[in-house]
Amino acid sequence: METTLKVEDLHKKFGQVEVLKGVSLSANTGDVIAMIGSSGSGKSTLLRCINLLETPNSGRVYVNGELIRMKPLADGTAKPEDQKQVERIRSKLAMVFQSFNLWTHRTILENVIEAPVHVLGVPKKEAIERAEALLAKVGIADKRNYYPNHLSGGQQQRAAIARALAMEPSVLLFDEPTSALDPELVGEVLQVMRKLAEEGRTMLVVTHEMGFARDVANQIVFLHKGQIEEQGAPREVLSQPKSERLKQFLSSTRH
Amino acid sequence: MDESIAFFLSIFPRLLAAVPLTLALTAISGVVGNALAVPVALARLSPNPFLWIPSAIYILLMRGTPLLVQTYLIYYGLGEVLPGSFIQQTFLWEYLKDGFWYAVFAFSLNTAGYTGEILRGAMSAVPKGEIEAAKAYGMSKWLILWRVTLPRAIQICLPAMSGETILLLKATSLASLITVWDVMGTARQIQKESYRIYEPLLAAGVIYIVTVFILTRLLNFVERRINQHRAAPVSA
Repeated sequence: METTLKVEDLHKKFGQVEVLKGVSLSANTGDVIAMIGSSGSGKSTLLRCINLLETPNSGRVYVNGELIRMKPLADGTAKPEDQKQVERIRSKLAMVFQSFNLWTHRTILENVIEAPVHVLGVPKKEAIERAEALLAKVGIADKRNYYPNHLSGGQQQRAAIARALAMEPSVLLFDEPTSALDPELVGEVLQVMRKLAEEGRTMLVVTHEMGFARDVANQIVFLHKGQIEEQGAPREVLSQPKSERLKQFLSSTRH
Repeated sequence: MDESIAFFLSIFPRLLAAVPLTLALTAISGVVGNALAVPVALARLSPNPFLWIPSAIYILLMRGTPLLVQTYLIYYGLGEVLPGSFIQQTFLWEYLKDGFWYAVFAFSLNTAGYTGEILRGAMSAVPKGEIEAAKAYGMSKWLILWRVTLPRAIQICLPAMSGETILLLKATSLASLITVWDVMGTARQIQKESYRIYEPLLAAGVIYIVTVFILTRLLNFVERRINQHRAAPVSA
């Protein structure tokens, strides 16, 4: 198995608050890792440190074996040594956001072709063909010429997933993709994600959907106060939690 | 009274002939000024004090002093400095004999100050998430500016910008004070020739209000086109 993503000893501070206290993680090709934990546990921050939307204070991130080179600064923070490298690596790590973050001034189709055309340099015609296939795949082909504001949350999130897939990324990062959705719309998004997992895509999913974590993920990571408290196969982690905190967390989420 | 009305009506052809000049002043200054507003806004938002301080001072000067003062300073000031300078040897000199280009220069700089400040506000109002998504998809700083921040900001401040354009159209009447024969300039000329005060002013007012009305409709149309995403969805 090839290691697609590797995170080593990641630390992140916001001011005086240490949000990540040395987190290490690795994902092989085809892994679906669900990151769970209560709010404030650092799971979203971890995800955002991987594509450098947040700059970690220290630690290493490898994507397809390539280390993102960081330069430590005098004040204890760090910054990327080479912005071009960061941009190149980001284009391989497509992110799906909690609040979709589609570009509202562009149609759904334009949203999907935007980065392939302008970042990867894919010819427009080819990008459109691919985008149409992806929109069909997530079930909103008929909405291609709509603007994001004209779609339901579930449709917007599926469009955002199509936008992510259009990059042909090595890893898909999902940051609580269903948390901003009305309950009846959660299912349609999870269904698309399930399909992606079955295709063998490498996915890192921050989620509160325990059902999804149990059925779809092959690995669960439980974060608590900026550290990985427990990790392993879903069945073990969810049915036989070892730590007191995970037991508490699971009982509070099981209604 | 009848004679006054007859005179009032008789001067319309001459004033209407000056409308293209007023429109040209508005259009050129509007385009140049709005284009210059982009670097002004960018500099204003920069964390670099060598950029944001000059930009803040520029905006303060342009918005804090009367346009008439700016226009006079440029017309008489440059008119004092330029003759005898190297400019006289360049192609620019042909243009600089004419008050029109001094007016365009003054109005453009002024518009850049006003719109620069409006654009600055609009750029800070672009939803953070959309910029973050652009970053997450590997876009560079300039690509984000060009593909996301600017188009979104322009959408946001379009109503304010079209308001500025209307104000600019009316402000171009100041050009009449530096020998430009726009609508207002022509009206003043007629005043001098006929010794009649009110008729030329009233006629000019009528022409301005009709022009403003047409321009407003036009800008509303453009606004609706550009802000389609806010309108009701198209049926599938």
